[in-house]
Amino acid sequence: MGKTVPPSASACPACIAAPSAERIAAAAAQRGAASAREGTIMLSLPTVHCAACISAVERRLMRHPGVRDARVNLSLKRVSVEAGAEVGPQDLIKALEGIGYEAHELDAEALAATAADRESRDLLMRLAVAGFAMMNVMLLSVAVWSGAADATRDLFHWISALITLPVIAFSAQPFFRNAWKALRVRRLNMDVPISLAIVLAAGLSLYETMQSGRHAYFDAALSLTFFLLAGRYLDFRTRAVARSAAQELSALEVHRATRIEEGEERSVSVGELRPGDLIVVRPGGRMPADGIVERGESELDRSLLTGETMPVFAGPGMAVSAGEINLTGPLTLRVTAAGEESSLNRLADLVAMAESAKNSYTSLADRAARAYAPGVHLLSALAFIGWYAMTADLRLALNIAVAVLIITCPCALGLAVPAVVTAASGRLFRRGMLIKSATALERLAEVDTVVFDKTGTLTQGAPEPLALDRHPRERLSLARALAEASSHPLARSLAGAIREMGIEAVEVNDLEEVPGHGVRGRWQGREIRLGRADWLGAQAGEGTATWLKVGDEAPAAFEFKDHLRKGAEEAVRALEAQGMEVILLSGDSETAVRRFAAMLGIGKYHAGVRPEEKAEIVIGLAADGRRVLMVGDGLNDTAALAAAHVSISPATALDAARVASDIVMMGADISPLGETVDTARRARARIRENFAISLLYNLIAVPIALAGYATPLAAALAMSASSITVSLNALRLRR
Amino acid sequence: MDVLIYLIPASLFLGGIGLAAFFWALKNNQFDDPEGDRHRILSSDWDDEPKP
Repeated sequence: MGKTVPPSASACPACIAAPSAERIAAAAAQRGAASAREGTIMLSLPTVHCAACISAVERRLMRHPGVRDARVNLSLKRVSVEAGAEVGPQDLIKALEGIGYEAHELDAEALAATAADRESRDLLMRLAVAGFAMMNVMLLSVAVWSGAADATRDLFHWISALITLPVIAFSAQPFFRNAWKALRVRRLNMDVPISLAIVLAAGLSLYETMQSGRHAYFDAALSLTFFLLAGRYLDFRTRAVARSAAQELSALEVHRATRIEEGEERSVSVGELRPGDLIVVRPGGRMPADGIVERGESELDRSLLTGETMPVFAGPGMAVSAGEINLTGPLTLRVTAAGEESSLNRLADLVAMAESAKNSYTSLADRAARAYAPGVHLLSALAFIGWYAMTADLRLALNIAVAVLIITCPCALGLAVPAVVTAASGRLFRRGMLIKSATALERLAEVDTVVFDKTGTLTQGAPEPLALDRHPRERLSLARALAEASSHPLARSLAGAIREMGIEAVEVNDLEEVPGHGVRGRWQGREIRLGRADWLGAQAGEGTATWLKVGDEAPAAFEFKDHLRKGAEEAVRALEAQGMEVILLSGDSETAVRRFAAMLGIGKYHAGVRPEEKAEIVIGLAADGRRVLMVGDGLNDTAALAAAHVSISPATALDAARVASDIVMMGADISPLGETVDTARRARARIRENFAISLLYNLIAVPIALAGYATPLAAALAMSASSITVSLNALRLRR
Repeated sequence: MDVLIYLIPASLFLGGIGLAAFFWALKNNQFDDPEGDRHRILSSDWDDEPKP
């Protein structure tokens, strides 16, 4: 049987305790050394979805020479391949493309079993043990409730104690640990009343059993543990799914660079790059580090950093930053800053700072716990004092105080939030929205202003030619011939559009791409050129354009426009229908942004905005008391994403932007945005309803407990009934 | 009621077997890909012989 997880990673109990920062640093250090580790290759398969896909992929991979085992994980849309060192991921990707499956290489090290996986398994184990014990003790309790007396009752209580005490010692550990952590710094959290109720219920029951008393709360102690663990597990699971998908996204950006060592090119991990190294960046590749161009000419796509769609010329002596995309010719760079010092990572630091500010947000559950915990303890203490003063019976007073504590114990409260968040996240996950932060839904529900970045968020970031039918046929067929010889995005888009019009390319000789400038060739003895305005001696206009020059004729311009992203109009309309103000931010020129805003029906926009200004605008809005949702994808948006109340970025966004945002959109279609906000609002309403339900149960049960009429049976009924109502209420969100 | 002497240990033992089976399944990655397993049962690969 195939294992998705390398076995070595699970044999490290100390890792669980290690702080996450250290773990990440260690993993990054390891990644460099172990990336060439033979054995497991992980590929992401975004398109697998059925039984036939599984067997087609596995069969094809098993046929590949050198592959020992291949196993598809459909839940994670991944395949892990056990293969010899001679098999490279590229061979497998090509093989899969041959049978029609898109595949991407994943960083196996980054995906190795994490502490989170082990923690979730650990929780599940405790949950299973608690469930097993709860059912057995419940069976014995039913006998007691239906009238077992004297020796039989005592025997049943003793057996229950025998099962309960060790199980609680094992299963309730997460609560005890958290409660102790909070108490040590003199604070109260939800786990303090939980731990107290569990321990007191078990302790008092043991005492009662020794005294052959009538009431023992062993089953209550266990079902408390079980229900609360279930809530904890749900909570954990939801976030783990989002986390693993987010992890996968960052693993998609393969962290490798081509370095020139003694005249030979070698592929190395980005982490190994040092200032002074010479590296080669091929067309289509992303700059792995900051540097200065030594050799080669090309054009750069800087849109992720500056938000400007127009490619920029790059030649020797020019400084480039990590994250820019090389478009036409190969470039040789001298590295000036790599890894942690590069401009990419400096921005990431900014993000980390903004993130810590965001973490101070108090969730609804925390606010409820803060009011709840002292109230419960006070009530229980009052019951004890009151009954002791009235009856002077210590045992009776203690019994009643514990009954109050058990009945008010936030069983439903513990499930109220995780059950809703799980249902809402599951629903949004199916729509391609990945909720990364635990409180993202609550914050999203409060939003009243939406700020959009234009390029790459509301547009596809891929330009399309405008009004081609204005040009004569001959010019178009010439343009197609030249454009097909280049891999420049403008040229490819132009060639594709002309091809769709059904215009054939003419025969052109001596085709040659001049990196950084354009393409040239000979046709009927005349030189023809397609490329940048300044190369052809033309005056560059305002919009994005490429120019065609035939012989000595005046150059003709092909203008381009960035296309709207799918679902952009629906998203804007849905958000406005929910009463939100939509604002557009862009680094582009005033006219372009005005036209674009008018097309989408957005009333308010800011054009020519620099990256720092984006964050300032967002902070300014927040200072006016607005709750801002920022949607953006570029590095230039990162600071604004982090500064916003809640933020969303598309999966095509740069690493840093995705890290900074709370929610990631996996699909190319952004129309689910409106629904996401709507779901968040409904989730908040459900959470509040759940709080009201558990409060209602307490309003009924607490007077009964205070009056001394609570029995273990009443406690068990109240607890189960409230937990089930709360879960069912949460499930209504799935529809 | 003497029969309880046998019945209670028997019920605990049987439940314990279930718990042990769950632990075994958890440790052997049986819950790693619930989505895939749901589909795998429909494929006819390895119907005649076990996967090597």
